[in-house]
Amino acid sequence: MPGRIITITSGKGGVGKTTATANIGVALARRGQRVACVDADIGLRNLDVVMGLENRIVYDLVDVVEERARLRQALIKDKRLPELQLLPAAQTREKSAVNEKQMIKLCNDLKKEFDFVLIDSPAGIELGFKNSIAPADQVVIVVTPEVSAVRDADRVIGLVEASDKPAPKLIINRLRPAMVRRGEMMDTADVLEVLAIELLGIVPEDETIITSTNKGQPVALEDRTAAGAAFTRIARRLLGEDVPFPILGDSPGLLDRFANLFRR
Amino acid sequence: MDFWSRIFGRPSQKDSADVAKQRLQLVLAQDRTNISPETLNLLKDEMIAVISRRVEIDQVNVHVSMTHTPQGERLVANIPVIRARAPARATAERAKRTRTPRPARA
Repeated sequence: MPGRIITITSGKGGVGKTTATANIGVALARRGQRVACVDADIGLRNLDVVMGLENRIVYDLVDVVEERARLRQALIKDKRLPELQLLPAAQTREKSAVNEKQMIKLCNDLKKEFDFVLIDSPAGIELGFKNSIAPADQVVIVVTPEVSAVRDADRVIGLVEASDKPAPKLIINRLRPAMVRRGEMMDTADVLEVLAIELLGIVPEDETIITSTNKGQPVALEDRTAAGAAFTRIARRLLGEDVPFPILGDSPGLLDRFANLFRR
Repeated sequence: MDFWSRIFGRPSQKDSADVAKQRLQLVLAQDRTNISPETLNLLKDEMIAVISRRVEIDQVNVHVSMTHTPQGERLVANIPVIRARAPARATAERAKRTRTPRPARA
């Protein structure tokens, strides 16, 4: 059975596309799926460092497209997870080095050998985004609960819906339950109401994302962090499991309540 | 409103999360329909002109805006009515118009 091509995009930059791609890839591979993570951000590659594979790059996506290297030569195997591989972006080229047709061909080739092809899209709605969307069987949009990110997500949802792709799904990233409780951050229901789109997952803000990225070890390698567990739930949903959406954050702790007493 | 403002009944300011959501709904309605605030203002002036021919309205407090609903984008006009214009005058106006018909505007 051919694999599924899933493109992770957002419109706005810095909301966690690359982190999401790496961690969903890791979580799927931990469940025995053969996963290829493709960095489509040509010129600004980062999926390699987030996955901790930056020292092993020999060839990249553009080398494959321009036939200087075969796909198998360019793919980097993750030694921690034999099922997980990375196709890095070229760092010294521009988005225009690749077109939609070439991306479709490349991803269809990958699809034959992998259960999942995860494409990490660049920010924006220009060429790099279009190249990333073209081969997708499914589009996943990452958003943070902020006005700028939600607005840009809405624009991207409109563009995906205008194509012949199935309706995109949403990951709400960096949700801060304590702020939501205080009415200082939009909650999941607010974002879903505004965007009118199906939810794939909620990832809480988690400092371990930063420390794990420092080390090049995606949090989803383990389930003990809140974010790692959230990405694992997303992977299970992609595999068709019916995983409930937990209410994030416990009821306000004593300290929280004490702090609230003196707020404003 | 947070837990403690509820307990103490403090008149809480509007939560910033609600402000964010409302601002988003407005800006998305504009983005999606591509109707600019200038267009809305023009619409408002023209609606005031048309409605004022029949009904006396509080022109200062007319609000015309785009709103996002789950069913799609809505143009919402809030027009405070004072009273209908005297019917005699309306009849007279109609009579006057039938005598000198003006070409319909595109």
